[in-house]
Amino acid sequence: MKKILDVSNLTMDFGGLRAIDNLDISIHEGEIAALIGPNGAGKTTFFNCITGIYKPTGGDILISPRGRSQRINGLKPNLVTKKGLARTFQNIRLFSSMTVLENVMIGCHPVTKAGVLGAIFRGAGTRAEERFIAERSYALLEKIGLESFANELAVNLPYGAQRRLEIARAMATDPFLLLLDEPAAGMNPQETRTLDDLIIRIRDEDKISILLIEHDMKLVMSLSDNIHVVDYGKKIAEGTPEEIRNNDLVIKAYLGEEIDA
Amino acid sequence: MDFEYFMQLFFGGLTRGSIYALIALGYTMVYGIIQLINFAHGEIYMIGAFTGLIVSSVLTMAGMPALGVVVMAAMAAVIYSSAYGFTMEKIAYRPLRNAPRLSALISAIGMSLFLQNYVLLAQTSDFLPFPSLIPDFLFWEPYAHIISSPELVILGTTFVVMVLLTVMIKFTRIGKAMRATSQDKIMAALLGINVDRIISITFVVGSATAAIGGLLIASHIGQINFYMGFIAGIKAFVAAVLGGIGSIPGAVLGAFVLGWTESFFTGYISSDYEDVFAFVILVVILIFRPSGILGKSETQKV
Amino acid sequence: MRAGNEIKRSAAASIWFMFLTFPIMVIKVNTVTQTVEWRWANMLWVGIGAFFLSMLWRYLLMQREMGGKREIGDKPGIIQTIAANRRFSIPVLTGLGVFILVFPHLFSMYQTSIMISALIYVMLGLGLNIVVGLAGLLDLGYVAFFAVGAYSFALLNLNFGVTFWVALPLGGLLGGVSGIILGYPVLRLRGDYLAIVTLGFGEIIRLVLENWSEFSHGPSGIANIPKPTLFGIELSLDQETVYLFYILVLLVIFTIFVINRLQDSRIGRAWIALKDDEIACQAMGIDKAKTKLRAFALGATWAGMGGVIFAAKTTFVNPASFTIWESIIILCTVVLGGMGSILGVISGSLLLILLPEYLRDFGQFRMITFGSVLVLMMVFRPGGMVENVRRTYTFKRKMETR
Repeated sequence: MKKILDVSNLTMDFGGLRAIDNLDISIHEGEIAALIGPNGAGKTTFFNCITGIYKPTGGDILISPRGRSQRINGLKPNLVTKKGLARTFQNIRLFSSMTVLENVMIGCHPVTKAGVLGAIFRGAGTRAEERFIAERSYALLEKIGLESFANELAVNLPYGAQRRLEIARAMATDPFLLLLDEPAAGMNPQETRTLDDLIIRIRDEDKISILLIEHDMKLVMSLSDNIHVVDYGKKIAEGTPEEIRNNDLVIKAYLGEEIDA
Repeated sequence: MDFEYFMQLFFGGLTRGSIYALIALGYTMVYGIIQLINFAHGEIYMIGAFTGLIVSSVLTMAGMPALGVVVMAAMAAVIYSSAYGFTMEKIAYRPLRNAPRLSALISAIGMSLFLQNYVLLAQTSDFLPFPSLIPDFLFWEPYAHIISSPELVILGTTFVVMVLLTVMIKFTRIGKAMRATSQDKIMAALLGINVDRIISITFVVGSATAAIGGLLIASHIGQINFYMGFIAGIKAFVAAVLGGIGSIPGAVLGAFVLGWTESFFTGYISSDYEDVFAFVILVVILIFRPSGILGKSETQKV
Repeated sequence: MRAGNEIKRSAAASIWFMFLTFPIMVIKVNTVTQTVEWRWANMLWVGIGAFFLSMLWRYLLMQREMGGKREIGDKPGIIQTIAANRRFSIPVLTGLGVFILVFPHLFSMYQTSIMISALIYVMLGLGLNIVVGLAGLLDLGYVAFFAVGAYSFALLNLNFGVTFWVALPLGGLLGGVSGIILGYPVLRLRGDYLAIVTLGFGEIIRLVLENWSEFSHGPSGIANIPKPTLFGIELSLDQETVYLFYILVLLVIFTIFVINRLQDSRIGRAWIALKDDEIACQAMGIDKAKTKLRAFALGATWAGMGGVIFAAKTTFVNPASFTIWESIIILCTVVLGGMGSILGVISGSLLLILLPEYLRDFGQFRMITFGSVLVLMMVFRPGGMVENVRRTYTFKRKMETR
C-alpha cells in the first residue's frame, strides 16, 4: 500500500523542552491508524506540527496523495488544509455564531473560489457555487445524521453531536487524510458505537484515510489497522491491535512498572 | 553636542516618564486583572488634580500653613480618586464582567465621557491655575537648571511609589491574591480569594497612583483643565502597551521609553511632531514584538 | 423585595455619593479671583437622586439577571419583526421611500443638512461594521480612512482640478489602498493591541495632516472644495444641498445593497469564522491574512467615499474634523445599533446623530447624556438596539437557496 503521509525524524522543541523526539510515522492509503500514548506524550503536538500550527524544529513531513511527494514543513495551516489534510480539535472549536449547516459550509471554503466581485454581483457562476455549497453541506449532514438540526445554532447541540459536526466540517474541505483528535472524548458507549460506524463509513465510502488520537482503547482496538504508540515524544511501539495489546513496553508506559506482590 | 543640554533632555524625559508611569500603572494593573482597557482612567487622574486644587484652595484661604495644605490636598486627592475608581468599577465594569470585551470597552468610553463632562459642568471649562505645591529647595540651587526641584520631587515620589507597589505585589497576601486573580479568576475564587474585593482593590491602588501623578503634574505645569485626563491617558496607555500590557515593570519601562523618546525627539529634531513620535514608536515596536517589550507572547493552546 | 433592606442600601448609596461628589459638586473654586462658592443645594440633589437611582439600578440589574441566555430565534425586537413580516415591511419601506424623496421639500435646508451628516455616518457605520461587526477586528482609528478620502478630494481638486464625480471613486480607491497599507502591519496583533495600534494610526494621520503644512496646509485646512455639478450646470446653494442629499441617499442604498450581498457570501462567512475562532478558521483553509486585509480594505473604501462626500458638503477640510472622537462615535453607532446588523447600524447612526441635534435645547448636557447612555446600553442591552440579529443561512429544501 502506498504511503500518503510520511513523517521522518520529526523533532519539536519548545525552548528547552523536547516535546517530540525523532518520531517516524507513516500512514498508508485506505488505512485507519491510531496514535495512542499517555497524557502529555506529544500526540496533539504531533497534529499541530503536521497541520502547520507549529513549525517543527527538525525532520521531514512528506505527503503524497497523488504520487508525487511534497514536503509541507512550516506551511501555514490554511495551505496544509488546501493540500488535503483536515483535522478536528481536542477541545471542540465550532463556530459559535453559526448554525450547524453554516459550520459545514465554511468547510467548503477551500474547494470554492467566489471573491468580492462574485459576492456583490452574484453572477451565474457564484450562484451555482452557492447552491453547490449548500447541497454538499446538507449531504454531509445527512451522512453524520444531523440534517434535522441544520438550522440550529451549532453550540446548542449535545456534546456528542458537536464532535460529529466537527468531523463533517473537516470532511467538507475534501481531504485525503482526516486527523481526528480524541473524537470519542466525553461520549457515552452508544455515541461511541455511532462514531465507530461513521469512521468506517468515511474510510469505505468517501475513500478518506484516517489517523486518530484516542484514549478509548475499545474504539482504538476495534477500528485500527495500525497503531502507533508514543511516550515522552518518542515512538515506543507500532503494530496491529493484537501486537500492541500484548506489548510489554506499551503496558509499562500506561500502567507503570509492575509491583511485585 | 552640548552635554548640559543632553542632561536636561535626559532628566526632562525621566520626569515625563515618571508621570506617565504613575498613570500607566493603573492601566496595566486593571488590564492585567480583568483584561479591560479602562478608557476612563485618565479621568481619575484629572479628578485627582481637581480635588487637590479644591482642597488646597479652601485650606489656603482658611489660613492653613503650606505644609499642611500639601499634605491634606494630597490625601484628599488620593482618597477621592480611589473612591471614584472604586465606584466606577462597581457601576460600569462589574456588571459587564462576563460580557464581550467590546462591550466593556464602550462602557469605559462612556464613563470617560461622563466624568469629563461631569467635571466640566460642575466646575468650569476654563484652565484653572494650580498653585505650585512643591517649594524650590535651596540646597538644590546649583543643579536647578538641569533638573528643577519640582522635577526632583516628581522623580523621588515616583520611585517611592514604585518601590511600595512592588513590595505590595510581591510580598503581601493581597499582592499574591492579585497575581493569582489575574492569572486565573475561577481558580482564585475556588481557592477562597474574594475576587470582587481583589478587583476593587486593584482599581483603588491604580487610581491612587494616578491621583499622585495628577497632583504632581498639575503642580509642575501650573494649571489644570477638565480635558487633561484624555491626552495624558492616551499617552500613558500607549506606554503601558509599549511595555507589555499587564506587566507592571513593563508599564514603567514603557513609560520611560516614551518619556525619553518624546524628550529627545522634541529636543533634537522637532517639537511639532511630538505626539506623532509616541505613536510611531508604539506601532514600530508592536509590529516587531506584538506583545510589547516585556509582554509575554501568549501562544494559544490548540 | 424586602423594603427595609432596600431602604438601607439606597440610603447607604445616597450617603456614599454625597461624600463622593462633595468637592466637585459642592465647592466651586476660582483660583483666579481667589473665591470659593459653596453650593449646598447640589449635595441635596445628589443625595435624593442617588437614593432613588440606586434602587432603580438594583431593580434593573435583577431584571437583567433573570433575562437568561439568548438564542437565535428568541423574541426579536420591534424593528426586526416589522422587517421580517412582509405585510408590514413593504408598506413601511414604501412610506419611508416616499418620505425620503420629499424630505428636502418638506423641511428646511438646515434639517436637510443635518440629514446629510446623519447619512454620511450611516455609510461610515456600515463600512466599519464590516471590520468590527463581521470580521471582529477592533479598529479604533477608522477616521483615518475618512480623512484620506476627504483630503484626497481636497488636494486633487486644489492641484489638478479634479471634480466631485471623479474624486468619488478615487477617494474610495485611495481609502481601500490605505486600508491595506495600515492593515498589513497589524495582521499579527491580538484584539486589544490591534485597537490601540489602529488608534495610533488614526492619530498619526491627523497629526501629520496638522503639521505637514506644505502638503496639507496644516491646521487651517483646505477650502473652496467644489460641490458636485449636475451635468455641468451650476446650482444655487440650496439646490446644491438638495442635490447632495439625493446623491447620498443613492449611495447609502448602494452601500446597503453591497454590504448585504457581502454578508451572505462565501467571504462574509469567512469573516464570521475569523471572528469566532481564528485557529479553526485557518484549519478550514481560510487565509487569515488575506481575509483580514480584505475586511480592512473594504471597510476603508467606504470611509474614503464618505470622506469625499463630507468634503463636498462642508466645502472645506481641516484636521480637527478627524479626531479619535470621530472614530469612537462611529464605533458607537455600530455597537449601539447592533453589531453585524445592517438595520441596526442604520438605526444606531440615525439615533446617535439626529437625537443630539434635535435636543440642542439640552445643549450642555448632550455629552454627559451620551456618556451615560453608552454605559447604560452596554450594561442592560449589550446587543444593541436591533439585537441578536444575524440572519443565518436558512436551508429550505434542496434545489432551493434562501
